[in-house]
Amino acid sequence: MDVAIEITSSICLLIGSFLCVSGGVGILRFPDFYTRMHAAGVTDTLGAGMILIGLMLQSQDFLVFAKLVMILLMMLFINPTASHALAKSAIHNGLKPVLDIKERNNTESESSSR
Amino acid sequence: MLIGATLAILVSMVLAIIRGVIGSTLYDRILAVNMFGTKTVLLIALLGFAMGRPEFLDIAIVYALINFITVIGVLRYSDSLAFNQPDEEKEPEES
Amino acid sequence: MRHTINLFLTLTAFWLLNSGHYSALMLSLGLGSIMLVLFIAHRMDVVDHESQPVHLSLKLPGYFLWLFKEIILANISVVKHIWLGNSSISPSLTTVKASQKTDIGKVIYANSITLTPGTVAVDLVDDKILVHSLLKENIRALEAGEMNRRVYQVEN
Repeated sequence: MDVAIEITSSICLLIGSFLCVSGGVGILRFPDFYTRMHAAGVTDTLGAGMILIGLMLQSQDFLVFAKLVMILLMMLFINPTASHALAKSAIHNGLKPVLDIKERNNTESESSSR
Repeated sequence: MLIGATLAILVSMVLAIIRGVIGSTLYDRILAVNMFGTKTVLLIALLGFAMGRPEFLDIAIVYALINFITVIGVLRYSDSLAFNQPDEEKEPEES
Repeated sequence: MRHTINLFLTLTAFWLLNSGHYSALMLSLGLGSIMLVLFIAHRMDVVDHESQPVHLSLKLPGYFLWLFKEIILANISVVKHIWLGNSSISPSLTTVKASQKTDIGKVIYANSITLTPGTVAVDLVDDKILVHSLLKENIRALEAGEMNRRVYQVEN
């Protein structure tokens, strides 16, 4: 039984690590601010969730388990609020999202030539 | 496995910090800082388990709250002053 | 009164889970701090049905389960497109209509949109939500309106 819990926890940690690194790669690769926000959303929701669930499976103490649940809930409630505040502030201060594919290629060549 | 996950978190923290340094707009940098803070919470929790001291989780909770307040505070400041567009919004008393 | 009791119970659970020390001195200090928070919250006039949505608590767990499934599916799609690269994404900015009547229903809907990776609620004016999405398919899924309908059911 212990071995099964250990293996499940390791799988959860592995998936979480992969998702976090993917989010980090996405935040570097994507062309503009609004698309990068989606990449950050991956690490904020399922990446953090998987790592915390993996830790929950390893916790011996009830209080430690409760604190991990608390951190998970806090992240799930806080991060959408922060993302929404960021996006709203960006669009109210006149940051235009890149929508067209041709336009996107232009900005890409600009940023690579700089 | 705990050590491996810690290393993965560190790698993605480095990626977020790179975006924060090169980020072309102010909001890219705030986004990178927000993501860095989320990663720090996970890193503290993972390190607490790896070192056998789960009391670190208290610090992780406090860090999550401080991270949120930081982002909201910086955004309020940027809204009120509009310091990201110095070429468009010149204050008359400065010129 | 119902909301005050609910806030008191929430704060007590939060304090007990965070503390871990159960001596008489510690418990009385905890009770004192809970009472102080209750007093400040009453002075700020924030204890009402919006900050303590007890009337929704029976319907929320089912909605959260459905939302969790949606988050997993959306995560898989976004991670796939991260590794496929920039040529595979089609960002768009559209307006979606929210049919919820109360403010809290709209907030739940907009926060669910933001929580799902691939869509971010940028602005909320009256009953129109401005949504930025990574893929055109995400917008189509939102316009099909399953999430809207489920939040509407939670609210009523």
